[in-house]
Amino acid sequence: MWLSNSSIGRKVVMSVTGLALILFLTFHMAMNLVAIFSADAYNMICEFLGANWYALVATAGLGALVVIHIIYAFWLTMQNRAARGSERYAVSAKPKGVEWASQNMLVLGIIVLLGLALHLFNFWAKMQLPEVLHMLGMHVDTANVTNGVYHIQNTFSCPVYSILYLVWLAALWFHLTHGFWSALHTLGWNNKIWFERWRMIGNIYSTIVVLGFAVVVLYYWLCGGSCC
Amino acid sequence: MDKNISFTLKVWRQRGPKEKGHFQTIPVKDMPGDTSFLEMLDIVNEELINKGEEPIVFDHDCREGICGMCSLYINGHPHGPATGATTCQIYIRRFNDGDVVTVEPWRSAGFPVIRDLMVDRGAYDKIMQAGGYVSVNTGGIPDANAIPIPKPVADEAMDAAACIGCGACVAACKNGSAMLFVSAKVSQLALLPQGKVEAARRAKAMLAKMDELGFGNCTNTRACEAECPKCISISNIARLNREFISAKLKD
Amino acid sequence: MATIDSKIPEGALAEKWTNYKAHQKLVNPANKRRLDIIVVGTGLAGASAAASLGALGFKVLNFCIQDSPRRAHSIAAQGGINAAKNYQNDGDSVYRLFYDTIKGGDYRAREANVYRLAEVSNAIIDQCVAQGVPFAREYGGLLDNRSFGGAQVSRTFYARGQTGQQLLLGAYSALSREVQRGNVKLYTRYEMLDVVLVKDSEGVERARGILARNLVTGKIERFAAHAVVIGTGGYGNTYFLSTNAMGCNGSAAMQCYRKGAYFANPCFAQIHPTCVPVHGDKQSKLTLMSESLRNDGRIWVPKKLEDAKALQAGKKKPTDIPDEDRDFYLERRYPAFGNLVPRDVASRAAKERCDAGYGVNNTGLAVFLDFKYAIDRLGEDVVRARYGNLFDMYEEITDENPYKTPMMIFPAIHYTMGGIWVDYELMTSIKGLFAIGEANFSDHGANRLGASALMQGLADGYFVLPYTIQNYLSDQIQVPRFSTDLPEFEAAEKALKARIEKLMNIKGKRSVDSIHKELGHVMWDFVGMGRTKESLTTAIAKLKEVRKTFYSDLRIPGNAEDLNVELEKALRLEDFIGIGELMAYDALNREESCGGHFREEHQTPEGEALRHDDKFSYVACWKYTGEGNEPELIKEDLNYQFTKVQTRNYKS
Repeated sequence: MWLSNSSIGRKVVMSVTGLALILFLTFHMAMNLVAIFSADAYNMICEFLGANWYALVATAGLGALVVIHIIYAFWLTMQNRAARGSERYAVSAKPKGVEWASQNMLVLGIIVLLGLALHLFNFWAKMQLPEVLHMLGMHVDTANVTNGVYHIQNTFSCPVYSILYLVWLAALWFHLTHGFWSALHTLGWNNKIWFERWRMIGNIYSTIVVLGFAVVVLYYWLCGGSCC
Repeated sequence: MDKNISFTLKVWRQRGPKEKGHFQTIPVKDMPGDTSFLEMLDIVNEELINKGEEPIVFDHDCREGICGMCSLYINGHPHGPATGATTCQIYIRRFNDGDVVTVEPWRSAGFPVIRDLMVDRGAYDKIMQAGGYVSVNTGGIPDANAIPIPKPVADEAMDAAACIGCGACVAACKNGSAMLFVSAKVSQLALLPQGKVEAARRAKAMLAKMDELGFGNCTNTRACEAECPKCISISNIARLNREFISAKLKD
Repeated sequence: MATIDSKIPEGALAEKWTNYKAHQKLVNPANKRRLDIIVVGTGLAGASAAASLGALGFKVLNFCIQDSPRRAHSIAAQGGINAAKNYQNDGDSVYRLFYDTIKGGDYRAREANVYRLAEVSNAIIDQCVAQGVPFAREYGGLLDNRSFGGAQVSRTFYARGQTGQQLLLGAYSALSREVQRGNVKLYTRYEMLDVVLVKDSEGVERARGILARNLVTGKIERFAAHAVVIGTGGYGNTYFLSTNAMGCNGSAAMQCYRKGAYFANPCFAQIHPTCVPVHGDKQSKLTLMSESLRNDGRIWVPKKLEDAKALQAGKKKPTDIPDEDRDFYLERRYPAFGNLVPRDVASRAAKERCDAGYGVNNTGLAVFLDFKYAIDRLGEDVVRARYGNLFDMYEEITDENPYKTPMMIFPAIHYTMGGIWVDYELMTSIKGLFAIGEANFSDHGANRLGASALMQGLADGYFVLPYTIQNYLSDQIQVPRFSTDLPEFEAAEKALKARIEKLMNIKGKRSVDSIHKELGHVMWDFVGMGRTKESLTTAIAKLKEVRKTFYSDLRIPGNAEDLNVELEKALRLEDFIGIGELMAYDALNREESCGGHFREEHQTPEGEALRHDDKFSYVACWKYTGEGNEPELIKEDLNYQFTKVQTRNYKS
């Protein structure tokens, strides 16, 4: 199978899963923004995306994307380290035009992953998970499972969480700025003219997505969700 | 007029591929600025020989930046600090008094060290043999002007064909990937009508050989492009990806 | 005295090659598989020959000293390749290319060979385009041409300033394909150190193999084949400083010579007019600036001696000298060709001005190549598009910006027209031993025109040798593959090991390079651009001293059976000394001036070369007579049947 036994194939998997995750982030960010304007509307969305079958299927799909993206990331990194040889350069310098992010995608990815774990603990473990467990007949507290705003307020009223989330988002921004054009490049949708365009589009897009997330964090941290 | 420069040379010495290497530190005094980097090594070697030591082994040949033989990793850069130049085109005037100049071989699993700064780049020949050609025998071909090729296309093919096969892309890549080299050849031939006929086969064969020989996966860091002495663009890598993916989707 | 049979086919000039091909013997496909051919060298000639022979079905063993066939020095050719396509409708034809080449060679080349070269030139362009060589094109999509020295038509095809590279990569790709198909076996980092001759049942000695040193392990290995082809380039590095790559050498040619192959016209060495001047005694090589620069650059020195003195002292800048005080000496002396006179003429004219004291750099050994006029006429952008990479290269070397101040150039050794003598079939005087490309002497006479080296290398490799070698091999189909345990191989290896042992055991004080530089100085000073009887006699005496120094004071560190770069260089230097002597003997013998060979005693009152066709219209073939002995001269008369031999005139 060329998606696993050729280098471009493996990169295509990274690219496609990455692009799908960017798409997911876009939806997630759009959904979050609703929480600024209307708590009720946000909670409606939370209910809609609760333990319904389509939401669960989507969550499973999303989980699979994340897992594949991560497994491939480690696999590629291991291969790449082996390809580098046993001896390292004594002196190395970053060449001009090389983005810092591009050479640190794994580290950034790990930070994103840690943030994700925190995020799942803060939200998913208190919302979709108890609902599912409940459906499976377990005794869990399901009082606030669809009250997303409640969890948002809860989490971001704690400055430590807010700061951790902002760090996480910063890492995500770096990860996305390289990931965006790199994914399109890997799929071959690039040339000399589009190169700078894609990079610019990628930077703007990543900034919008990350800002969208950050605004919600800041809003609930600094204003407790009720300053306007 | 160029002035003389004194610096410390830290140069990698290694007897063979399996043996452990080390740095040898050699003070270099009053080297004229218009001496080329390789001439400086010639002079250092001359002194080593006069002292009864074995000279530093390094690959070099044309000394005008086209054969692709020279391959030194100087102060963290393949082919040294200049852009768009090979090791042999670096002159001592680029360095300052008191500098420490560290010279290492290309370090990559695909290019094992033979001795000191000389590495084995036979893998590149093997990749070329896997498909880096248009399958024509000698003779029996149409007139050279039978197929007009738009100038921009010919120019772009020429940009890709300028690759000298030195291996700086692999040396620069943190993944030890040879994608820039492979893509340059695939691009050149995929752009031209003569090479289009077997473009899909070529892309698959050359990439498979590259993977087989233990080169890494490209992660689009662009270090190869930045360090390439011939400024080969990574847009070639995009084209290779395109060629390869569409070939695989057609299979 | 040995006689020479150049095997030129009968018939009219234009029909010789066609007739030859129609009547030559061929080898059928089944037999081709049973015949082995050794090709030494992977430059344009070697790679194209190995690829073509492999494609025909022969089993080819191909050797190069570099780490890859693609490194051969053909790669460095910048300007272009000639062909008589007449795409420009400017009156070109096969005959005109033939005529220009014969004339450019100062009537010292064989008519039949040169005509064949011109004839196959068009097929080379077709072949290269089919391989995907990205030649420069016009907006209409058709191939572009530029003009070059020694011609009044635009017949030069080019790929930016990297034509040699692109052609070599084309040949290399064809070679790679044959390696993949199993027809060619490649031996990289192997250096041929002897040719092995084996007597057949009738007592005829034939080239049957080579000894080569694996440059990584240092081991001597034996290789056998039905024929051996030498495509190892020229011997310009005899001068130490030349435009050749550091590894270029004349050793394979010398090995053939010592085994009985004639060495022809060794004194014909081309001095290229446009090189970056020498800047110090530590310099390792000279960098060529493409001849194509002469299309748009104007060459000048000051008219006034005091201006020259001021330039030499650094008191004046070239831009300080007004146009009326500039002497565009090529345009002045040769109005018809101007800056595009052949290389030998341009080089000598530069030397003449510098000898008269008009040199423009601190050593007084440089002239200007000025682009101011081209920039005024075309704009800087056009000049940059045409020559940008060359200008950048110049700036990196000299730290001067050629867009602002004129380039400084001076002649340097570039190409050797002389080489192993071959007949019409490219076979040397040893049966089964062939020589192609720059390694042979055949097509350029006393001077090679620009963009003709690539043409000749590829002509030999793609379109001549694959035919003519079959005429020889058709007799060999009954000869089975043979073992390298034959006593001839044994003896050759023993002798070679003794030679290496001898060099290793000198254990003197001098490095190879230091002696090579000494050789270079002797060659440049006494067998250089202007030669006299006296200088050549001095050279022969001095070369004896160099040889003595070499055998008494050489130091090679390390072991013979190991990677040993100094040993490689020492073996080559030993041969260079021999070649230097051959060049001096040949130059002494040739009491005339022609092409790249200028005897100061033989010049016209205006300082132009003076040939003596009545006495020297021959190829000087030198036969080895033992180490340290004077070689024996054998003459191959050149009979010009189809062209009228004239004095070259680039004035009108």
